[in-house]
Amino acid sequence: MSQGTDHLDLDNLDVGTKEKTFLDSTELVLNMGPQHPSTHGVLRVILKLDGEKVLGTECVIGYLHRGVEKIGENRTYAMFNPYVDRMDYVAAVSNGLGYCETVEKLLSVEAPARAQYIRVIMTELCRIASHQVWLGTHALDIGALTPLFYAFRDREEILKIFERYCGARLTTHAFRIGGCIYETYDGFEQDVKKYCTFFLPKLDEYEELLTTNRIWVTRTKNVGILKPEDCIALGVTGPVLRASGVKWDLRKAQPYECYKDLDFEIPTGLNGDTYDRYLVRIAEMRQSVRILQQAVERIPPGPIMAKVPKVIKPPVGEVYHSIEAPKGELGYFIVSDGSTQPYRVRVRPPSFVNLQALDTMVRGMLVADVVAVIGTLDIVLGEVDR
Amino acid sequence: MLDAIKTYLNSTVTPGEAGSQFWALLYIVAITLGISLAVIAMNWLERKILAHMQIRLGPMRVGPHGLMQPFADALKLLIKEDIIPANADKLVFWSAPVVVTMTAFTTFLVVPFGRTHAVTDMNIGVLFMLGISSLGVLGIIMAGWSSNSHYPLMGSLRSSAQMVSYEVAMGLAIVCAVLMTSLQTGTGTLSMIGIVQAQQAQGVWFIFKFFPLGFLAFVVFAIAMIAETNRAPFDLPEAESELVAGFHTEYSGFRWSLFFLAEYAAMLAVSSIAVTLWLGGWLRPFPNLLSGPAWDLAFSLIPGLSFLVMAAGCFLGTMRMPKIVQMRAQAIGLGTFGALLGLLGLVMLAPAVRDRIQDIFWFVAKVAVFMYLYIWYRGTFPRYRFDQLMKVGWKVLLPIGLGVLILTALVGMRHELLAVVVGGTR
Repeated sequence: MSQGTDHLDLDNLDVGTKEKTFLDSTELVLNMGPQHPSTHGVLRVILKLDGEKVLGTECVIGYLHRGVEKIGENRTYAMFNPYVDRMDYVAAVSNGLGYCETVEKLLSVEAPARAQYIRVIMTELCRIASHQVWLGTHALDIGALTPLFYAFRDREEILKIFERYCGARLTTHAFRIGGCIYETYDGFEQDVKKYCTFFLPKLDEYEELLTTNRIWVTRTKNVGILKPEDCIALGVTGPVLRASGVKWDLRKAQPYECYKDLDFEIPTGLNGDTYDRYLVRIAEMRQSVRILQQAVERIPPGPIMAKVPKVIKPPVGEVYHSIEAPKGELGYFIVSDGSTQPYRVRVRPPSFVNLQALDTMVRGMLVADVVAVIGTLDIVLGEVDR
Repeated sequence: MLDAIKTYLNSTVTPGEAGSQFWALLYIVAITLGISLAVIAMNWLERKILAHMQIRLGPMRVGPHGLMQPFADALKLLIKEDIIPANADKLVFWSAPVVVTMTAFTTFLVVPFGRTHAVTDMNIGVLFMLGISSLGVLGIIMAGWSSNSHYPLMGSLRSSAQMVSYEVAMGLAIVCAVLMTSLQTGTGTLSMIGIVQAQQAQGVWFIFKFFPLGFLAFVVFAIAMIAETNRAPFDLPEAESELVAGFHTEYSGFRWSLFFLAEYAAMLAVSSIAVTLWLGGWLRPFPNLLSGPAWDLAFSLIPGLSFLVMAAGCFLGTMRMPKIVQMRAQAIGLGTFGALLGLLGLVMLAPAVRDRIQDIFWFVAKVAVFMYLYIWYRGTFPRYRFDQLMKVGWKVLLPIGLGVLILTALVGMRHELLAVVVGGTR
C-alpha cells in the first residue's frame, strides 16, 4: 500500500506469474475510484485485469487525510476527544471509548461502575449500528438494494437513543476522560430494552432476504478466502479474523470496562470467506443484543465520573491500549511528556490494517469480487486515511 | 374517409394483411407513442413500487404523488448539455443509441395486441422479433467500444457475452411453444397471431400444456428474458456497484435517455413474446371454466371497471391530501387525473368500444404482470457474478431447455410413437 501516486509504477506492478493465453492480449489497468459507487468513500484501487480476472491490485489512500494524529499533538487531552469521533464516523462511540480509556490508563484512573455500564451499552449499540451500515452497503455492492433501506431504518432507532443521551446522532462525543459526562436520561433503560425486542425480528428479516438467498450464497461463498495464518501475518482483526476461525476478541482476551461480568459468546467462522464474515457479523449483532439485555438490567447506581483533575496532565510515559471496535482492534498509542498536550498520538485503526488483506483476497478473482471483498472488509475511509 | 374507417372497423385481419398502408402507418404511430407513454409510466411505477418495497415514498414532489416526475426528468435530459467525449469515435458514439432504440421499437411491428390490433402478421413473426431484438446488442457493443473508456468497454463485453448465451436457452424455450402449436393441428406456425389462435383452438394456454413441460419452458424463457434485457439480477452490463453505469457510462442527456427508453421498450417486447407464447396473448382468462355469454359480458366489463377503480383511487387520494393551500394544486391535479381515468373507464364500458378494446386490455394487463415482476426482482435479488451468470445460462437453462424440448416432442407424438412400437412388435 502506498501513500501517493508518485510511488506507483504501473508497468512494473507486481502481478505474479501470468498464464499466457493464445490471444495474449495486454492487460487492462482499471482505475477504480477515488470516485466510484462502491469503494466506500474515496479509496482508489488500481486493478490490473486480464479480461475480468484480477491479476493484481494497488490501493491508493490518503484522499481523506486530515492529519488527526498531528492535531492530537496540538490539543489538550480533553480537546482532542471529539476529533477521534471523526475517524470511524459510523462507529464514533467506540472511537471515543478507546481514546478515553487510553488516557485513563495513562492517568491510572478507572471509570466508576455505573459509567462502565453506560459505556458498554452505548458501545454495543454503536456496534450494531456500525454492522447495520456494513450490511446495507455490502448488500448494495453485491446488488441487493433493499437490505440497505431496512438496515438504515432500524439504525435510526439507535441514533435516536444516542440523540436523547448526548444530543448528537453521528459524532457523539458521548464519553469523557474518567467516565461519562451525561447521566442517563429518564427512560434510557426502557428504550434500550425496547430496542432489543424490536431489533431481533428485524435481524431475522435481514437474514430472510440474504442468508439462504441462492444468489447471495453463490456470490459470497468461497469469495475472498483468508486463511487464519494469513490473517495473523497481515494483522487482520475483528470479524474478518474471527470468520477465519481465530477466536480472538479483545472483549474476552483483554477484558476492559465491565465485559468480564457479562455473559456472551464470540462467534467464529470456518472457511474465512465472505459468507462466513457475513454470518459472523450477523451473529455478533445477536451477541450484542445479549450484552445489552444483561447490561441494562445491571446498571448500578453511583457516580459516573472518576476523580480526574480539571487540567489533565498525565505523568511522563507512554501507553498503548486497544479495544474491540466493530471493525477490529482499535488501538491508541499516546506518549506523554508531562505537559497538557500529548507528545505523540498514534492510532491503530482496524480499517487501515484490514485493508491490507485486499490484495491477498482478490488476486485471481473477478472484478465483481473486488467490490464484494471491499464491502466485506468493512472499511471506513475516514479511519483508513485519518 | 368514412368508408375507410368502416372497412377498418369491420376488418377481421390486421392492417398489414389487409394491405391498408394508411391504417398500418397509423398503428405504427400509435404503438410508438404508446410504448413511449408506457416507458414513462414504467419509470414512475418502478420508482414508486421499488420505493414502497424499500419503505420509502419515492417521488412525491413533482405533481401529485410524483406523477409528473418522469416528464420533469425527460425535460431535464432534453435540455442537458450534449457531451461527446473527446476521444470517442464520434460517428459510432452518435449512432449507438439510435441503433438500440430503433431495434427495440421495430420489434413491436408484429406484437399482436389483439386479433386485428397489430401492424402486420408475419408468418415468421417470432423469428422476426428474436432477430431484431438480438440486433440491440450491436448498439450496446458500439456504445461500449466507441466511448473509448474502460468501464463502458467492460460493460459492453459482458453484455454481448450474456445476450449471446441466453439467446440459446431462449430459443429452445420458444421452439417448445412453436412445437406445441403444431401438435394438434399438424401445421405449426411462427406467426405471433397464429400462436395465440392455436392456444384458442386447443383450449389451453401453453403454460399449462403438458404440465409441467409448458411451465418449465415458460420458466426458462422468463429467466432468459431477464438476462436478455440486462435487468436485475442479471444486470451485470450496467452493474452500478462495479462498472459505474456500464456501457452507457459516458453518455448523458438525450442520448442516455434513448438507452433508457430502449431498455424499457426491450423489456416490454420480450414480455409480449412471453405473453403471446405462453399466456394466451390477448385471450381473456378462464375461457373454458367460465364460458358462456354471461361470463363473456362480465369479462368484457372488466377493462372499463378497472379504470373506474383507478379513478376512485385517485379521488380517495385527493380526499386524503392535507387540506392546506399549498396542496391545493396537487389535489386538483390528482382529481383531474382521476376524472380523466374515470372518463376513459366510462368510454370503455360502451358496447361498441368494449368489444374492440378488451383484447388490448388483456394483453397489456398480462404484460403489466411481467413488468411488476421485473421491479420485484430488482427489489429482492442480489446480482450474479459474470462466471456464475454464464454457468446458469449454459449449465442450467440450456440443458433444461433441451430436455423440455425433447420431452415435449415425445409427449406430443405419443400416439404416433405408440403406433410405431405396437406396429413393430406385431
